[in-house]
Amino acid sequence: MIRDPKDLKRYEPKERANHWVVGISFILLALSGLAFFHPAFYPLTQLFGGPTWARIIHPYLGVLMALAFIVMFFRFEHLNKMTPADKEWLSKAKNMVDGNDHDMPEQGKYNGGQKVMFWVMAICMLLMTVSGLLIWRAWFGFDITLVRLGAVVHAAAGAVMIGMIMVHVYAAIWVKGTIRAMWYGTVTRGWAKQHHRGWYRQITGK
Amino acid sequence: MASLQSQDVVARSATTTPSPQIRQVPQVAKLIDESKCIGCKACQVACMNWNDLRDEIGTNIGVYDNPSDLTPSSWTVMKFFEVEPTEGSLEWLIRKDGCMHCADPGCLKACPAPGAIIQYSNGIVDFHQENCIGCGYCVTGCPFNVPRISKEDSKAYKCSLCSDRVAVNQAPACAKACPTGAIQFGSKEDMKDYAAKRVTDLKERGYDQAGLYDPQGVGGTHVMYVLHHADKPDLYAGLPANPSISPLVSLWKGVAKPLATLALAGVALGSLFHYVTKGPNEVSKEIEDEIEKEDAK
Repeated sequence: MIRDPKDLKRYEPKERANHWVVGISFILLALSGLAFFHPAFYPLTQLFGGPTWARIIHPYLGVLMALAFIVMFFRFEHLNKMTPADKEWLSKAKNMVDGNDHDMPEQGKYNGGQKVMFWVMAICMLLMTVSGLLIWRAWFGFDITLVRLGAVVHAAAGAVMIGMIMVHVYAAIWVKGTIRAMWYGTVTRGWAKQHHRGWYRQITGK
Repeated sequence: MASLQSQDVVARSATTTPSPQIRQVPQVAKLIDESKCIGCKACQVACMNWNDLRDEIGTNIGVYDNPSDLTPSSWTVMKFFEVEPTEGSLEWLIRKDGCMHCADPGCLKACPAPGAIIQYSNGIVDFHQENCIGCGYCVTGCPFNVPRISKEDSKAYKCSLCSDRVAVNQAPACAKACPTGAIQFGSKEDMKDYAAKRVTDLKERGYDQAGLYDPQGVGGTHVMYVLHHADKPDLYAGLPANPSISPLVSLWKGVAKPLATLALAGVALGSLFHYVTKGPNEVSKEIEDEIEKEDAK
């Protein structure tokens, strides 16, 4: 990909590093967590040095992700406040998915869909962390009803997160020119003008 | 035992295909007649002896219970308690606590490790520690609070109903050692018949509510009790009246598993087919041209 000095900076190095700490720990957590959820995924434990190692490592990775996510949350929270334009965007999201993005309302740095993703992730992260601590037997021994509730919430929130992250990754693949924002921080002016015109105007003053 | 060929496994943890179960053997049961128990703890000693278990020496908590609860090395424990079934009447009841070997075992349902928990066609629910990963889900699933995770190896342990002895037609060590015959072992049908006689006898002696404890909420158990007060099982150190697998556990390890797996597969396949049917979302030619024009200025 040709990098142009006129490309627009979308993410700082520390923002990208933060995102990838969350991303890598999420992938490892999803792979090991699925193994404990359904036997079809049990062979994934081999990626972690066997099933017992997967069981030992999983919660520590969870702590790492929770800490990195908290930093990321406060970094991006102010950019993810819902506005009327976002609601309008969401009501027209079906057109977007159909591949017709011409009459989508103008969006800032994040569109309504990205903001929904942000808040769903934040809620799921909170549920995952609390329920994960409840079922972490190596360190804690909570009341059995809480542990059972924790197990259900952990599985449910985990499934929602994995599904949402699949959508997140797919959206980045689908919308060409997006992934580079998280690799080296810049996007083309054309990309910004097409997908985030409000942000494009704000950055370029045009 | 896991390395030995067996053809009588009816259920195996985290396994979605049938286990080898061509061999059908009679259902066995251990019947513990609490009205005959004298609290001598010979069963505890026999259990330690046969299974080569030596628990740590603990501390006396002011009652006869020793140790005070089940541990990874104490698979059965006599629990002593003074109760007043009716006002003013004092009774000293004893219950031999340990795994109930449920027909519908919550531990097995919850266990994520294939082959760590096995249910034989004779009804015994056995832990195979070499497959155990130490997650503690069996504790979460058990309606009787029986499995214990060892601090030394993080594996789960509980009564095996002496599956190794039963496999060669021997009664469990505790039943063998009981001096009063309070612990009987045999086919489940025989044990129920025997229990019925004991219940009749107890009723004749004034225990109107005597009965058999074989809770149907877990499909019946392969360790059953004869209780003087079968109407109030909670008198016996909190024996649950209607135990069953918690609905939370059933949800978590029941319907949620296939549904969530299908939903995730749907999202993955949906994304793929979205891409191949709608194509990528690229920056339009129009906008590219606008940017080029700006640069040319």
